[in-house]
Amino acid sequence: MNTVPAADTGTAPSCPAVPAGDVLRVERLSVRFRMRGRPPVAAVSDATFRLAAGECLVLVGESGCGKSVLASALLGLLPGNAETAGSAFLADGLDLLAADERTLARTVRGRRVGLVPQSPAAHLTPVRTVRSHLEETVRALGGAAVGTGGRRERAARVRAAAERAARRAAFPPGHLDRYPHELSGGLAGRAATALALVGDAPLLLADEPTTGLDRQLAEAVVDELRACTRDTGRALLMITHDLAAAERIADTVAVMYAGRIVETTAAGEFFGAGGPRHPYARGLLDALPERAFTPVPGVPPELGALPPGCAFAARCPKADALCAGQRPEFTEGTACHHA
Amino acid sequence: MLELDGVTAGYDPRHPVVRGAHLTLRPGEAVGLLGPSGCGKSTLAKVAALLHRPDRGSLTLDGTPVTGYRHRAPRALRTAVGVVFQQPRLAADPRLRLHDLVAEPLRATGRRAEVAAAVPELAERVGLGADLLARRPHEVSDGQLQRACLARALVLEPRWLVCDEMTAMLDASTTAALVGVVEDYRARTGAGLLAVGHDPVLLARWCDRVAHWSEITDA
Ligand code: SF4
Repeated sequence: MNTVPAADTGTAPSCPAVPAGDVLRVERLSVRFRMRGRPPVAAVSDATFRLAAGECLVLVGESGCGKSVLASALLGLLPGNAETAGSAFLADGLDLLAADERTLARTVRGRRVGLVPQSPAAHLTPVRTVRSHLEETVRALGGAAVGTGGRRERAARVRAAAERAARRAAFPPGHLDRYPHELSGGLAGRAATALALVGDAPLLLADEPTTGLDRQLAEAVVDELRACTRDTGRALLMITHDLAAAERIADTVAVMYAGRIVETTAAGEFFGAGGPRHPYARGLLDALPERAFTPVPGVPPELGALPPGCAFAARCPKADALCAGQRPEFTEGTACHHA
Repeated sequence: MLELDGVTAGYDPRHPVVRGAHLTLRPGEAVGLLGPSGCGKSTLAKVAALLHRPDRGSLTLDGTPVTGYRHRAPRALRTAVGVVFQQPRLAADPRLRLHDLVAEPLRATGRRAEVAAAVPELAERVGLGADLLARRPHEVSDGQLQRACLARALVLEPRWLVCDEMTAMLDASTTAALVGVVEDYRARTGAGLLAVGHDPVLLARWCDRVAHWSEITDA
């Protein structure tokens, strides 16, 4: 079994240079967790994708498939028992996987990669207003937004930067002095997006931003995320189990199964007449209540005990001996022997 | 019948989150209750599951008016309703192995002898392997934990099932699978269902009828 990332394919760059327009380029990213008394967990294996300026890539999959681990890896927020392999280059050549914690904390999180948290209401401190949250983030990020000069000048600049971020996230200025519990779910979401936008990062990462929201609110939250990224050339990587939200804003859909990206397809094709090509992705769409509402039979394998061949073989209607014996490589947008 | 009659409930009597709710479920009926985020539908679900005492109004279960809630509810009524919540991590005791989580209602009602037979059988129905049953909540995914919570809700074979946003955190396939488990159970036992949620497409597909929050409450 080959768990060490294989040599780069022909398309991989041999140097950190990222082609113009690519905000993020992830190559064969793998994450393993060492476990006491149990085999290691292969949470992410060989994930490869790129994200262009202004593009929205939505990573979908079920809970436990590794999509949140992938997000944590990009932000350097993995627990101590994690080992990573592969690379994740930002446009300026920084490899997020190779960077040390000091670099990540000082120059990446919030500045080069903005994070929209999973549950905005829980992320905001109840005893402080939205303005105070935003201004604190502006001050923490420092730099030109705070500038130099006297205390009054700096305070005015901080205030202006906070208000700019709020405007970009369509957060109403009249609500800036409210406390989190005084906000509706939708406004709490916008406040969280505004916080992610303070650092003016070229890449926003949103981890399950619609969890627990009703359909209308979920649509509003993702529409706003999309608006404040596409128009300004920011790239958006959204991680979700919500296919309706994905359909609404994605340019590209990546499907993750058992730690691997098994399909990457243009959203129009994925949700349109053609549909996805990978059997798991097709099954996932068919499970929607607006479609067949039939689940993919069976359950996913344990990430600590992946089979040698295709991880989907036990559930796949097309599986044969080749699938059971040999892991399909990811080529031309899908990882399947028979797609 | 499960009858919610004029139920007003909340956490501060001056600002109830549910006002004058009326909803009646016929035996074996599956009713979806649709409402926006934060409307109070989860509180009403808790009342229906005997977990929250209403300030006003009544709950009648199969002809018996409910007078006590939570630990004050008579055992015969408490075991008549199974409940599954949105967030399995908040609903499951983190110290218990999934096996014990599923077995807990049997033990709590003096039916220990049935554990050995009932738990593996139920685990199989909800799609949990034997190895997962030995794990604790932090060692499994949200989807796996929700499967265990559904098994726990079914272990006493309740006549009524209350599912409060049971699938809101789950992917499409796990959602369809868990709804399938509930529907198989209902087909076998004739149990009724109150499914609270915010996805109109899901509730329409799942339930016999869908009631809107605005239709069943005042204000
Ligand atoms: S490789 Fe084989 S088992 Fe895997 S998804 Fe494709 S057809 Fe199915």
